[in-house]
Amino acid sequence: MDEIDEIVQEFLVESHENLDQLDRDLVALEREPDSRDLLGSIFRTIHTIKGTSGFLAFGQLESVTHVGENLLARLRDGKMSMSPQTTDVLLAMVDKVRDLLAAIENDGTEGQTDVSVVVAQITAILEGKAPEPVAAAPVEEPVAETVAAPVAQPAAPVAQPVAQPVAQPDPGSPAVEHEEPAHRRTVAESSIRVDVDLLDTLMRLVGELVLTRNQVVRQAGDLQDVDLMRSSQRLNLIASELQEGVMKTRMQPIDNLWSKLPRVVRDLGANCGKQVSLTMVGKETELDRTLLEAVKDPLTHLVRNGVDHGLESPEDRVAAGKPAEGVLTLRAYHQGGQVVVEVSDDGAGIDSEKVAAKAIERGLRTQAQIAQMSPTDILQLIFVAGFSTAAAVTNVSGRGVGMDVVKTNIEGIGGTIEVESVVGRGTTCRLRIPLTLAIVPALTVECAGDRYAIPQVSLLELVSLDADRAASAVEDINGASVYRLRGTLLPLVRLADVLGVESVRSDGHVVIAVLQAEGKRFGLVIDRVLSTEEIVVKPLGSQMKAIGTYSGATILGDGRVALILDVQALARRVLNADALDQDDADERDSRGAVAESLRLLVAGLGGGRRVAIPLSSVTRLENFDQSAVERIGNREVVQYRGGILPVVRLNNYYGALSDREGDELVVVIYTVGERSVAIAVDEIVDIVDENTEFHDEVTDHGVLGSTLVRDRIVEVLDVRAAILSADPTFYTASDEFDAQLQETM
Amino acid sequence: MSTRLVTFTLDGRLYGVDVNAVQEVLRGQPQTRIPLAPESVSGLINLRGQVLSALELRARLGLPDRDADREPMLVVVRVAGETIALLVDSIGAVMDVDDDQFELPPDTLSGPAREFLHGAYKLDSQLLLALDVDRAVAA
Repeated sequence: MDEIDEIVQEFLVESHENLDQLDRDLVALEREPDSRDLLGSIFRTIHTIKGTSGFLAFGQLESVTHVGENLLARLRDGKMSMSPQTTDVLLAMVDKVRDLLAAIENDGTEGQTDVSVVVAQITAILEGKAPEPVAAAPVEEPVAETVAAPVAQPAAPVAQPVAQPVAQPDPGSPAVEHEEPAHRRTVAESSIRVDVDLLDTLMRLVGELVLTRNQVVRQAGDLQDVDLMRSSQRLNLIASELQEGVMKTRMQPIDNLWSKLPRVVRDLGANCGKQVSLTMVGKETELDRTLLEAVKDPLTHLVRNGVDHGLESPEDRVAAGKPAEGVLTLRAYHQGGQVVVEVSDDGAGIDSEKVAAKAIERGLRTQAQIAQMSPTDILQLIFVAGFSTAAAVTNVSGRGVGMDVVKTNIEGIGGTIEVESVVGRGTTCRLRIPLTLAIVPALTVECAGDRYAIPQVSLLELVSLDADRAASAVEDINGASVYRLRGTLLPLVRLADVLGVESVRSDGHVVIAVLQAEGKRFGLVIDRVLSTEEIVVKPLGSQMKAIGTYSGATILGDGRVALILDVQALARRVLNADALDQDDADERDSRGAVAESLRLLVAGLGGGRRVAIPLSSVTRLENFDQSAVERIGNREVVQYRGGILPVVRLNNYYGALSDREGDELVVVIYTVGERSVAIAVDEIVDIVDENTEFHDEVTDHGVLGSTLVRDRIVEVLDVRAAILSADPTFYTASDEFDAQLQETM
Repeated sequence: MSTRLVTFTLDGRLYGVDVNAVQEVLRGQPQTRIPLAPESVSGLINLRGQVLSALELRARLGLPDRDADREPMLVVVRVAGETIALLVDSIGAVMDVDDDQFELPPDTLSGPAREFLHGAYKLDSQLLLALDVDRAVAA
């Protein structure tokens, strides 16, 4: 079954649907034999099957449908009229087609099904002869059928039994089902077409169920009733699974979108006189269909841009020592609850200095502002509205036509976009798209007694300062508050001020949600953090659209409504150019926009040893009780979020002795694709940006290299080797993620 | 020709909206305030899992605020595909009014009241002001 390629699959599904229609049409035709519409419909169906079977080289299928088509064409054109005999042979033909399709579905070939009898019968009718009675007409043929058409018609029962050699199993018949219990469902049975509206309704209902579940779980937690607690946990589990299941029904592979792109690239490449090869990695990555629809235009735009402006002409490429053929790579993968789609070219890249010059020329930024920006930050200016014009295309090595529109579209669906480029090496545009729009994980916070939800997509971390620390750590630059977050100044924005409400927190504590939007980080000061939960996004009424601070509303566990903060809009509102001006130029560095793949999580092990783990694949940091660690064979595992995670104790792996005492296990949840491992360490030290090259000469078992972090040598963990030591099958699940991991290393 | 209206009171006066626009009426619900929202939008309510904006009709019509201790009633209307809750003082009844009782707003009437009223039905005891719900809820 698996060997049958997609085209055949589609052909089978389509044909099965068509055949059902055909049966109905044929029966209806007996009642109104002169209906041109019915005949036309039947003719088209058979014609389609004939065409495709010829194309797919199913000779038997083609020959039987071919004669059938001839007969139908005559009937349709009125050259012949329907008789019970014709109906019979047509039905026999349909049965034969069904047999052939079943055989194809079974093993990809037409098997030994013999069509000659049916072909002969149809040919006989075509030639005006009555079909020859078939001697072998089987006794066991149901009586009902002969009753239905009582006039001498030996042909009726012929098709099925005679044409089938005994050796040929008919997968469609129930008898065979018994013989082969393991026989898989046929294509037609295992997939159905469903109205999209129905799926949307289901999705909405599941959303409601999730809300109700949140309410029940919260109330059960208050009541301390063990039985109720148990049922509510069960409800919790089922609702989550249901939600996942319904979401899956709406998922479609991104290939549905990508399949159109080779043509676009080819045509555009021919137009621009460029040689382009298109590589696509991660075609099967799935996305909610509404999102797929939403990213279609932005993605096409990026691809066009890549070919048009990103790649150089063959001559220029050869001159630059590159192959004449440019490579455009599309890559899609899941990461941290989001889908990442990358469009990369190996073209000339974007020169950040030219971008800066352009931005100054257009009055988008001042010279002083540019001076404070890192090259990465400057590159993101191509997304600023007003940057891109036709003139900019030639001046700034391409990129920029309508990039602000792309950005707006992507942000409209809760996604983000960033660009990375190395001059002479190429450019990568990276889209991060939520898996679904309807249900998003969010942090609920309190401000001035009201609750708000912040989508996790924008949330980087939380910082809580007690009154003493807050007094010294929150500093003031000309009226703008900033906080020194690991040495970088983080501009602070008080949510209460933005919303024009009175904060009720008066004890001096400061809670900061570090958010990222518009390629910048800022800290949102809130009164209190409540919890993280999955929220169902509800649209706001038209009156509230103009406010622009909220992206929607949601209903919390207690039934109250909470507003969802639109972090992008918030950033635009508070982080104007003036706010950037007030940042201290000396202390501001490129860290704000350093790509995630370059960030390292530094963990401490026994003996003062420190290792760094690439942050991009770290999904969570957790503390487990030692007692939660169970054993499967000689491997240690923990239960985590309904799954089982293998545990890698880095201390054991490196042969170090843990300095850590107590019952708690500090673990880093490391995820690649759908698989995760728990990496146990002594402590989490810091998260740093990796700017330097690995110092490769100092290596050891399980170490990729070492690097300097704050004047201390830190070993960079060979995550792959470490994980394989705990779970040898970890990477076999998907080679692509494997490749992706290699890249991030 | 007669029209069927759902009546309610605001600041002592009787108003009516077309019964076809009304989904339901209900008692006051807990509201979530919306900072930065226009004054007439008093908050959001949860109506069986649906989030509705609550519109303070008094503010919309330029009437004085309701006494703080007085619980508002909600008239849930559907306008242009959107469901909105109107905050009113009290609910009256469903009433059939005759078209020949109708008169356009007097020329002396100005301000928001004129903009949002179709006109008035002259009942025996008092005037029934017909609210133009489409315009009243328009942003």
